[in-house]
Amino acid sequence: MTSAAAVDLQHLDNLWLQVSGTRCNIECRHCFNSSGPRGTPFGLMTVDAVNEAIAAAAARGVREIYFTGGEPFLHPQLLEMVAYALTVAPTTVLTNGMLISDRIAGTLAALAAGARYSLEVRVSLDGYTEEMNDTIRGRGVFRLALAGAVRLARRNLLPLITVVRTWDDDSELATVAAFVRVLKDAGCDRPRLKLLPALPLGRELTRIAGLQRDENVTTAMLEGFDRDLLMCSNSRLVTDHGVWVCPLLIEQHDARLGTTLDEAASSYELRHQVCVTCWRYGTICGNRSAFIEGPVIGAAPEAR
Amino acid sequence: MTRFALIGGIYSNWRALETALFDIARRKVDATFCLGDVGAFGPYPDRVFPLLQQAGVLSLQGNYDNSLAGGLADCQCGYTDPRDNHFARVSYDYTFRNTSSVHKAWLGTLPTSRRIEDNGTRLLLCHGSPRKINEFLWESTSPDGFLRYLLDDADADVLCVTHTGIKWHRDLGGGRHVVNVGALGRPENDGTPVVWYALLTIGRTVAVEFVPIHYDHEALATDMRAEQLPGEFIETILSGWWTTCLEVLPQKERARGRF
Repeated sequence: MTSAAAVDLQHLDNLWLQVSGTRCNIECRHCFNSSGPRGTPFGLMTVDAVNEAIAAAAARGVREIYFTGGEPFLHPQLLEMVAYALTVAPTTVLTNGMLISDRIAGTLAALAAGARYSLEVRVSLDGYTEEMNDTIRGRGVFRLALAGAVRLARRNLLPLITVVRTWDDDSELATVAAFVRVLKDAGCDRPRLKLLPALPLGRELTRIAGLQRDENVTTAMLEGFDRDLLMCSNSRLVTDHGVWVCPLLIEQHDARLGTTLDEAASSYELRHQVCVTCWRYGTICGNRSAFIEGPVIGAAPEAR
Repeated sequence: MTRFALIGGIYSNWRALETALFDIARRKVDATFCLGDVGAFGPYPDRVFPLLQQAGVLSLQGNYDNSLAGGLADCQCGYTDPRDNHFARVSYDYTFRNTSSVHKAWLGTLPTSRRIEDNGTRLLLCHGSPRKINEFLWESTSPDGFLRYLLDDADADVLCVTHTGIKWHRDLGGGRHVVNVGALGRPENDGTPVVWYALLTIGRTVAVEFVPIHYDHEALATDMRAEQLPGEFIETILSGWWTTCLEVLPQKERARGRF
């Protein structure tokens, strides 16, 4: 096997905050960082630690700030931290949507309207029916997640519905159209969809045991390759246990690069199989910079 | 004092370009720069080239121009949504088929950036960002700190870009500015058919003025129908609301639109 490739941090474009650790109110079958309601390795970050990371990233000219988990809305001071982040850079919250009450939706919409920069709320939904979604995400999740998304949409804070692609190419158009129809019928009249591939990590790795291919990113694979597409060239993840190279590698000890963003500015060797996902699709964790393999679309897809 | 006209995102809208160049000629600017993406979206791609060349416009290469010149398979617009990609494909195939080889070769000769030093101000012109020809610099996702980093990294005081199709200007203080000059080819998702370009005045200070262009957009829609371009594109020209390429818009810019 050829040697694993090393990638330098070109610029800290994206600051990721593991704000609620890996604590979550649900336990999705495909969760890449094994988040859940039971005892988890990563805990809530303190407001001071989050604000310190935001200030350090601001000094480096950060472009975007992402709040992730676990479920970020389990953190009682999330809204306060999002408000501060929005004064620095466009901010995204990745959520399962279940805890977005009318009060929280109202506060988020007010924050979004008052900020100079965009506030994105990414709500995960893995099926357009209760059956399809709840098989993956747990019983009762579909109804609550959809209600959370609708509360945002009704306030013109259009959520980005994040969907892990669990269908084959032949059914892509029909599946996307079904998502759009269900979202519109529920009250999200301008649905925005972000499709993601399933990642061979965490609980998903257990689920697909034996099916994954054994491969990693080699130096040869990076020859002539645009390294800006790799998350490790433009992002770092701050947790309550230190700074990791990216959210996907949170369960890998060698991906912990230090205790501060300065310490974590070092290069990183792409030793893990999941690094191939980034090499293949680009930085899928970002809001838009993802290219998901799919069918070539012949006819015009339905308008959203 | 020096005054430049900055146009971008022509997208084959030869009627808006003609009107804008007439307006610019009346203002007696020192130079006119086009920041790229001459083709795309609109009808009769070959018609914009003589207009640019006769007016002495100094053009840069955009991602679309780079694709056309290099015979690439797609426009490198950076879309990620299947519906956006479908319409990008329709537009690119039409534009590629209807752009002469002479004009494609001309696009291949254009630089991707241009530096000007004027009255002590270091000006950098490029298409997307100084880092990448197809990087989107939207107003709501370009924080001040990030823009300062881009200026520092590029050794520039004033940065002018296009690519997104929606204009904005940020005064960062200390004579530092970032300007997205907008697009002449397509209205900016605000419900009016008006398109825009920018005037940059460099003296003791830097001033930016955006100029609205009211052109015969109904005649352009007729041209587009004759060329059997998608009804969705024609609707945008007539209504001012974007109907395609929507999924790249950040929340703030998307929420302002109709679709």
